[in-house]
Amino acid sequence: MMPQGAASNLLFQGSDWNFETLARTYDAIETIAIDELGLDVYPNQLEIISSEQMLDAYSSVGMPLMYQHWSFGKRFVFEDHLYRRGRRGLAYELVINSNPCITYLMEENTMAMQALVTAHAAFGHNHFFKNNYLFRQWTDASAILNYMDFAKKYIAKCEERHGTAAVESILDSAHALMDQGVFRYRRPPRLSSEKERERTRERLEYEEQTYSDLWRTLPPSSENSDPSEVERDVTERKKALNLPEENLLYFLEKTSLILEPWQREILRIVRVIAQYFYPQRQTKVMNEGCATYVHYTIMNRLFDRGQISEGAMLEVLQSHTNVVFQPAFDDPRFPGLNPYALGFAMMQEIERICVDPTPEDRDWFPEIAGTGNWRETLLDAWANHRDESFILQYLSPSLIRKFRLFLLTDEADDNFCEVASIHNERGYEAIRTALARSYDIGANQPDIQVMDVDLLGDRHLRLQHNVKNGVLLEEDSRDDTLRHVRHLWGYDVSIAGVDSETGETLYECTTADLSGE
Amino acid sequence: MPNFIDRRLNPKDKSLGNRQRFLKRAREELKRVIKERVKSGKIADVDAEHNVSMPARGVSEPSFQPDRHSGEKQYVLPGNREFAPGDRLPKKGGGGGARGAGAGTGKSEDDFQFVLSREEVLDLFFEDLELPDMVKLNLKESVAFKRRRAGFTASGSPTNINVGRTMRNSFGRRIALRRPSRREVEELAREIAKLEAAPGAQTKNKQRLEEMRQTLDRLERRRRRIAYVDPVDIRFNRFEPQPLPNASAVMFCLMDVSASMGEREKDLAKRFFVLLHLFLKRRYERIDIVFIRHTDEAGEVDENTFFYSKQSGGTIVSTALEEMLRVIRERYPAREWNIYAAQASDGENISGDSERCASLLQDELMRLCQYYAYVEIIDERETEIFGTTDNGTSLWRAYRTVDDEWPNFQMTRIAKPADIYPVFRKLFGKQQTVQLHK
Repeated sequence: MMPQGAASNLLFQGSDWNFETLARTYDAIETIAIDELGLDVYPNQLEIISSEQMLDAYSSVGMPLMYQHWSFGKRFVFEDHLYRRGRRGLAYELVINSNPCITYLMEENTMAMQALVTAHAAFGHNHFFKNNYLFRQWTDASAILNYMDFAKKYIAKCEERHGTAAVESILDSAHALMDQGVFRYRRPPRLSSEKERERTRERLEYEEQTYSDLWRTLPPSSENSDPSEVERDVTERKKALNLPEENLLYFLEKTSLILEPWQREILRIVRVIAQYFYPQRQTKVMNEGCATYVHYTIMNRLFDRGQISEGAMLEVLQSHTNVVFQPAFDDPRFPGLNPYALGFAMMQEIERICVDPTPEDRDWFPEIAGTGNWRETLLDAWANHRDESFILQYLSPSLIRKFRLFLLTDEADDNFCEVASIHNERGYEAIRTALARSYDIGANQPDIQVMDVDLLGDRHLRLQHNVKNGVLLEEDSRDDTLRHVRHLWGYDVSIAGVDSETGETLYECTTADLSGE
Repeated sequence: MPNFIDRRLNPKDKSLGNRQRFLKRAREELKRVIKERVKSGKIADVDAEHNVSMPARGVSEPSFQPDRHSGEKQYVLPGNREFAPGDRLPKKGGGGGARGAGAGTGKSEDDFQFVLSREEVLDLFFEDLELPDMVKLNLKESVAFKRRRAGFTASGSPTNINVGRTMRNSFGRRIALRRPSRREVEELAREIAKLEAAPGAQTKNKQRLEEMRQTLDRLERRRRRIAYVDPVDIRFNRFEPQPLPNASAVMFCLMDVSASMGEREKDLAKRFFVLLHLFLKRRYERIDIVFIRHTDEAGEVDENTFFYSKQSGGTIVSTALEEMLRVIRERYPAREWNIYAAQASDGENISGDSERCASLLQDELMRLCQYYAYVEIIDERETEIFGTTDNGTSLWRAYRTVDDEWPNFQMTRIAKPADIYPVFRKLFGKQQTVQLHK
């Protein structure tokens, strides 16, 4: 019944796609994204891949280039198994924080899905990568692909020169410390160019060749018998080594006495990759929320303009609903809070508060309620927050009611969990604070730092675990990880758990007592 | 307009290298699993893909992880229905209540099954059998096919065009459609030329010349319309992959199951049978396996009973040979079947019976069998004593006489898996002649 003019307005018909419809749809999406939503994105590069290639991409942590390691093989076997059993579908897309921004589209997707995915990844995620302060400060989108290319070739070269086993054992140890291989507070140095790195490597090799052990045998300038002198020496020593140090990989790379230059370079590679992914882990809710909000808005606009058919829109809505589905805590499907659901709901909530606030919203969000400029508010939030601060700032009481959130406290030596707060007037603040904290990686991951080492003495490396809320480390994996630290350090390593409030030592463990290597 | 790149045709198996590294890492554990499978599974099942569990040892990736059972934690969960502040929920059996946000991700990674390909399984199986590389390669290779002519087809590659057939079709079609031949046309042209050349042609034969010219024109047009060789004429030679001409084989597994055969002995025997089966499977389309066990009496049994059920009694080896003879007569005529036999025993036999065994083999069985392998499973400590001498049990001595006379009889003593292969060395070396035998 449609008039001819309206029918030709459609960007595509049916479910098959080709490069022409992809390009046409991309342009239409771009118009809405840039002109109406005011997004600011890296140039896009869309790559079509098969399901097998998607599995490959999965197992190498989503990077198009990655060095070889058995753990990626393990992950591949795992993902492949789930996929073949039909227990898990593959993601429709995968997007890489690089400049140009690379988005993988699966060939099996229907055209409607390709449109959805383009809006989601090539504009939503892309905008977030380019504008969020964490990504801007801590990652270097234009250098990462070159760097990965260098890393892959470098490690292949090392394997050729030093043997697969030697490289593997260094990588194993480095991977074990990946979580402790990031700078949380200090800004990491920019990725230097290949040339500079080459120079540094040469210098290190030169130093190593010309190192003279004689210097060490010079008598110390003064006798240090005075206890305060010893104390001062320790402080001096710590200062010289820049201790305490939170980035274990960095410390080992720079300070370990037994590593060869190529081994240091491998530690550096692992550390750089860990650092590159660190912002993504801190912005899961926001990143997915932003992308989901963007695709939802754009697809609806396309439909309003008559550019996609009702059938395509239904398909889009169905998969959108699946993505933002949040089962309740007692549902067997409950996997935890769904970052897509929470993020998307919060973005919509911000728009609602800006445009159509209730008196409650005016109380809670006096700065934005009723101002009407939801677009600027969202863009500002996406640029200047991470999950923790975003939730702390924007989680509204009405959303807490909608999700029926409640707070449960769990003490290890109690046989009961206690419901501390629910979605009522007294509970909003507590729930909001607790939820925000649960997204703070700094607070949830064990805080382990290098405290002290006497390089001229027994070279015993001392780590300190600052225990928060009495949460200790899982013992087996702690001991195994400690062995890896010892492997990289070359001398005994010990870790002490110190309660961050009372300063009391809760446990101590040293590799000297652990059997076997 | 963005930059589109079609990566679908990029090389696949980007993570093959990673997979190999992973398997190498997990080798010991996987080897143990496969060994266990060989022990408990069916002989014919070894040669296939296998599902194995993720090995726990060697492939863990430790890191500093918070202990789930310590300290004070807080969870924010969705979907509250009936709780009020201060409610206390029991931790165990309380549903998902005590599960933290994000729990259950990644943890299950260590507990799942994955598929080892047939090649990978065989690699692991071969590992301590110490097979020479060439043999390994040969066993892993799949059934060989030979391309054989099989009639003609209307489509195919230009190199396979059958000219004779094509031309025959073309000829038939030309006749049927009355395509003017070249001779016909040339004759007419010559006649026209002659008439034209004749003096006064213009006036006298004008009428006739005109007619002839029209006919020539018509003929030539017809020749152009009806091709000399049309695509519908073309025929190609058709080839069909045909498995190499080897018929079926039957493999007899004979084993002493009296009390003196323990777990270790049976395990070794089983590997011996598996290996023979693999050898045969490379060469024959279809293989039947017959299991005959014996104590002081013999019987044909299924595989499970053969390896696992116990039977008490003395030991009379010849009963098994008689049973085998009976089965051959009944079901496997030597004209149609390649008969292979493998016998495993600890060498014990009732006195006087060994000679009977030897004569049974000499007179009847060896004429029927392609190959007969006998392994005597001995204690590792005994290897040094018996290793090289001809001394030994009465059965061993009796079989020596058979061994001397029949080239297709093999016997050896084995104490560990690595000893098994030499039994087959001759069988393998002879492959070419055996293949042509039938």
